Amino acid sequence: MTRNNKPDCWLLKGGRVIDPASRIDAEMDVLLRDGRVAEIAPRNKLRGSADETFNARGLIVAPGFVDLHVHLREPGQAHKETIATATAAAAAGGFTSVCAMPNTSPVNDSAEITAWMQEPARGAVVNVFPVAAATVGSKGEQLTDFRALQRAGAVAVTDDGKPILSEEMMRDVLHAAATLNLPVIQHAEDTRLTAGCSMNEGPIAFRLGLRGMSAESEAAIVDRDAGLAQATGGHLHVAHISTAATIKAVRRGRRNRAHVTCEITPHHFALTEESVGAYDTHCKMNPPLRSAVDREALLIALADGSIDAIATDHAPHASHEKQVEFEHAAFGVTGLETALGLAITKLQRERKIGLARIIELLSTNPARIAGLKGRGSLARGAVADVTLFDPGARWTFHAEKSLSKSRNTPFDGWQLTGRVVATIVGGNFVYRLG
Amino acid sequence: MKTKRRSLLEIASLTAKEITLLLRLARRMNPAKPRPLLRKKRVVLLFYEASTRTRVSFEFAAKALGAATSIVYAQASSIEKGESLLDTGYTLQALGADLIVMRHHCPGAPHLMSRHLDIPVVNAGDGMHEHPSQALLDAYTILRNKRTLRGLRVVIVGDIFHSRVARSNVHLLTKFGAQVTLCGPAELAPDVAASLAPGVRVTRHFDEALRGADVVMMLRVQKERLAGRQIRMRDYIAGYQLTAERLRLARRDALVMHPGPIVRGMELTAEVADGPQSAILQQVANGVAVRMAVLASALGVAR
Repeated sequence: MTRNNKPDCWLLKGGRVIDPASRIDAEMDVLLRDGRVAEIAPRNKLRGSADETFNARGLIVAPGFVDLHVHLREPGQAHKETIATATAAAAAGGFTSVCAMPNTSPVNDSAEITAWMQEPARGAVVNVFPVAAATVGSKGEQLTDFRALQRAGAVAVTDDGKPILSEEMMRDVLHAAATLNLPVIQHAEDTRLTAGCSMNEGPIAFRLGLRGMSAESEAAIVDRDAGLAQATGGHLHVAHISTAATIKAVRRGRRNRAHVTCEITPHHFALTEESVGAYDTHCKMNPPLRSAVDREALLIALADGSIDAIATDHAPHASHEKQVEFEHAAFGVTGLETALGLAITKLQRERKIGLARIIELLSTNPARIAGLKGRGSLARGAVADVTLFDPGARWTFHAEKSLSKSRNTPFDGWQLTGRVVATIVGGNFVYRLG
Repeated sequence: MKTKRRSLLEIASLTAKEITLLLRLARRMNPAKPRPLLRKKRVVLLFYEASTRTRVSFEFAAKALGAATSIVYAQASSIEKGESLLDTGYTLQALGADLIVMRHHCPGAPHLMSRHLDIPVVNAGDGMHEHPSQALLDAYTILRNKRTLRGLRVVIVGDIFHSRVARSNVHLLTKFGAQVTLCGPAELAPDVAASLAPGVRVTRHFDEALRGADVVMMLRVQKERLAGRQIRMRDYIAGYQLTAERLRLARRDALVMHPGPIVRGMELTAEVADGPQSAILQQVANGVAVRMAVLASALGVAR
């Protein structure tokens, strides 16, 4: 990790600290020293002092955001993104930790690749926590060495874009992961039902002449996996849920005492399938944008706590992979820099979901799900990963100014409320606005 | 004088007025009497999919207007070497093409081209999406035989799901107040098809749909698609083949139409295809005049 030469001791003064893990929502001063939260106290009540002060007046001081689902594209696809560029974008978006999906080239199914991704030479400016492949080559045939992967730094296992369809294999994965307390992340999609599909099934797909993915193809896998999680005692984390039927399946699983957590992407709570318009490939992702009814159910689940985390599914692609026929275009959009703005604009402003809940979704819960000790909290002794943002700042997102290597976003030119002002990782500023 | 050029990508986004203007223009076109409206213009026919009638029809239309035409097939060009659709488009534009007529297996491919190129693009069929010039020539053919589209009862039968012709026709006919019924087994005519436009009905019962119909549009049914969807051919023929006996359920002056290619003995009998109510060859013949109007209008030289 690159470190600048700024003092290792900072006073964040006069901000409104919202730390759901410590049940704090008050004006507090925060002292960071030696990469930790040294002290947190009401205004002017700190005992210790710092070499440098950051004026946080008017800002929210939150535990650093944790993104459970990003595609860093290294090793192997540096034309789309590198660990350095993706983490720069993450820092600009307030994320202090990102969990890196294993669908790299080659697939991250080994301790060597897991370690390689975390080497200082990669130039990451935020914490990178690899999520390793659950099966060798993500082929769904043979388990990877979970213990070795965990020792090398993996925080979860998944076959992400290649969902584990075999019930026996999924049972084995959950069982093996349970003994190590590793969450198993499943991209819930019955790919036997979605071959050749490029958007949500329904009237819009029919009108555009595109084959559609059904909501059932997602929910059915969650139902099955929740049953397996319950049977094995494993922790199932459902990636990017997108339909009303899926959140019902998650709730059903929890009622049956399965350990099930789930995440939603900003594009699934901000957009619907209508945005596909006239074949806009920047609205092609997997899972696809769904119906207004689905979005409504997900917004309710975000408010009532059924959804645990917001994860971006940041999926950078080069322009030549998107400026093609809709059916040939790569799935996925970038998302690191727009997540907070979308959460505040679409959840706080439009749906009156509180800032504390938003911080829970962006930091507290994802840190807990990935088992990141000392993160997702600003309690004394916690790691000094901090996100400072202005919840009222209005700004326009310009894709051409993105720090990501790619520009495949549906939010280019969007006016958003809520902007990251500074991001601190391990006590060091890794991003400052302006 | 700067002329107005515009692509023809789909019927869905056209207004009834724009369609009426195109049909009116088509009536002034006569393939037998060439008009040099497109003299010194270069029209490229870019075909990523096999086609006989549409390609020849556009080619004759362009030539009847005095344009130079060039046909590009995906199989025998740089496309086979991995050139992207847009790069092919940029290349054709740089070569001096004034208009591209394109057929592509991917829905929305003409939209992509038109968004990035400065020259107009005419959609000659994009996957399952639309086939706008076919719907225009169908409307033209109906209006040669019927007074108006308003209130006309039109039944479209067969593989609606895979049909760009069905989609374009539903959009066009409903814009003019025709009553459209889509008919076929659930696998080929799913209920969601009714959402294409207000007032569209979907039914499984061919005989019921035929009663009182003014126009019966048959679609080609591909055997391999039946196989993939577990429909037995024998059952399909029993339920949905247009026979002379069935046709008697429709109005006596009902028109039988088909975008072609027809498969005799499959979706309709030879007797019906060649019968007095069949407008199938009229459709083909009208295609040239309608496409002359489409090309002239796209290049802004319509008059």
